[in-house]
Amino acid sequence: MKPIYVDNNATTRVAEEVFTVMQPYFCEEYGNPSSMHSVGGRIGPKLKEARNQVAALLGAHPDEIIFTSCGTESDSTAVHAALAADPGKRHIVTSRVEHPAIGSLVSSLSKQGYRITEIAVDGDGCLDMGALEESLTSDTALVSIMWANNETGVIFPVEEIAQMCRQRGITFHTDAVQAVGKLPINLKDSAIDMLSLSGHKLHAPKGVGALYIRKGTKFSPFMIGGHQEKGRRAGTENVPGIIALGKACELAGQNMSEENTRVRELRDRLETELTKRIPNSKINGTIKQRTPNTSNISFANIEGESILLMLNEFGICASSGSACTSGSLEPSHVMRAMGVPFTMAHGSIRFSLSIYNTKEDVDEIIKQLPPIVERLRELSPFS
Amino acid sequence: MWEYTDKVKEHFLNPKNVGEIENPDGVGDVGSLSCGDALKLTFKLDDQGLIADAKVKTFGCASAIASGSALTEMMIGKTIEEAEKISNQHIADYLGGLPKEKMHCSVMGHEALEKAIACYRGTPIEEKEGSVICECFGVTDLEIIKAIQENRLKTVEEVTNFTKAGGGCERCHGDIAKIILEVQHKPQPEEKQQLTNIQKMRMIEETIEREIRPSLQLDGGDIELIDVVGNRVMVATRGACSACKSAPITLKNLVEAKLREFVTPDLVVEEVSK
Repeated sequence: MKPIYVDNNATTRVAEEVFTVMQPYFCEEYGNPSSMHSVGGRIGPKLKEARNQVAALLGAHPDEIIFTSCGTESDSTAVHAALAADPGKRHIVTSRVEHPAIGSLVSSLSKQGYRITEIAVDGDGCLDMGALEESLTSDTALVSIMWANNETGVIFPVEEIAQMCRQRGITFHTDAVQAVGKLPINLKDSAIDMLSLSGHKLHAPKGVGALYIRKGTKFSPFMIGGHQEKGRRAGTENVPGIIALGKACELAGQNMSEENTRVRELRDRLETELTKRIPNSKINGTIKQRTPNTSNISFANIEGESILLMLNEFGICASSGSACTSGSLEPSHVMRAMGVPFTMAHGSIRFSLSIYNTKEDVDEIIKQLPPIVERLRELSPFS
Repeated sequence: MWEYTDKVKEHFLNPKNVGEIENPDGVGDVGSLSCGDALKLTFKLDDQGLIADAKVKTFGCASAIASGSALTEMMIGKTIEEAEKISNQHIADYLGGLPKEKMHCSVMGHEALEKAIACYRGTPIEEKEGSVICECFGVTDLEIIKAIQENRLKTVEEVTNFTKAGGGCERCHGDIAKIILEVQHKPQPEEKQQLTNIQKMRMIEETIEREIRPSLQLDGGDIELIDVVGNRVMVATRGACSACKSAPITLKNLVEAKLREFVTPDLVVEEVSK
């Protein structure tokens, strides 16, 4: 059974074109770009090309891109760099709905004496911009706010926040892991200082990411131990991964309009049909400002893990904000921050599409899910 | 993804005895919507006093639904007295085991059974007496103590896996740790079932491995379990221990003390000659 994969905010399939361009860099072109011979020497230009491709997707200068191992490393690098740049300042502003790459990081920093402000979101998942502005003080070293939320797809006004920060001389970082490749980005005309992205969320393989650092932003490296990336990220380059990420960014640029038309229409049809056919269901997160591929729907009185495992029987792969799927006992921090009632949060399912999804995929989900919900509600003592 | 056994999957995808019995002889209702799982058990007796039918409705994850289903299958055909002996571990065993993070699902099944039987006898168990330790999930000290005793829990993480307590804001972790210490230092209730020889042997081996060997090895010594006859544990000392004058004291104060603490208080350790 070929899976119907609608969990692309978790990870994506590597694009064929991406896989093709990276393949020679394992057994044939395996050189180390730092070496003084032609086997290594041939690699440098390829890394440069990849850097250009990533920069082009972001509207950045190639020198502003450093390659990392993943989105989490990019986030950690950015946060530590900003704090090191302003060692006297001890305040960090972030949101309540960040990915753990930022959320867990700042809670560990709070134990080291940093003061953390986590900006709340409303029931639609939108950021309290007033509170954000009020939280900024002369002690604020860094504001880090995600561009788009991984669970709901809700987009935050990062440009507006970046401007606020710039006026006050505060570094602004955004975790754009869920935005890059889905939303047009042009950092040339932006006040964003640092931006994280991850390869495997945009059809490159796992194990590669990038961090954008605006020229002129004070920076100190997180990984120390070599001259690579102009001393900004030590460690022998993940050559195949970086080449793959470059190609994936080029493809993402080409597919951006399809993502925002055909994929968006598939997503819209999926959630419209599901909420129409299934009583007591509700979309989580404002439908006005969302990434085009993501839909998060709650089904009252049933539990997400059960829904996922029954969908899995039909080869449908999605995810849930329910407690049981995460290994924790509480529903996702995003659902809780939005004030989604527990009765709805436990039964929340996220569908995240990609350009590889078809109308048939969506039709199959629309066909299979309503009876599953009905069955689980029959089992449930609450309905 | 959780590693569920085929038995769990079977009872999740095709749960047995789903529903609610009209005019039941006993009803057990546990959990809540906000907790993320809940279970309602109803049963009926025949004129012989055997459980003729049991039905269940479950809200929750796959292992909760499977635990409810398994419970009904295990109850049907039993007397109340027999059914009463079903423990949460029996439910988990019936399902071929549950992931440790999901043990609280079997505990929920067991609680529903207890409540349903108490309801039948007309002696409802006092609701949530004791004081709430975990405010996130409304778990009381009594519930935590019971889970620790019945399942020999040793860490906060295990308590969370079995009772959910401490699985939210984590503020009560200190209190749970304190309760674990208190329970461990209180004599176990007498009704502890007799260990079979194999169980005893396994527990002795585990205790030696976990509690005793590491500290002997620090001093370059070691110990080997030779045999267990009744309550006599025959061991041989190895390495530095075999030449050590204080070995008999170590055997008494460390080895025997630990084995009595973790296995059963009646054990006597004897050294066999090499």
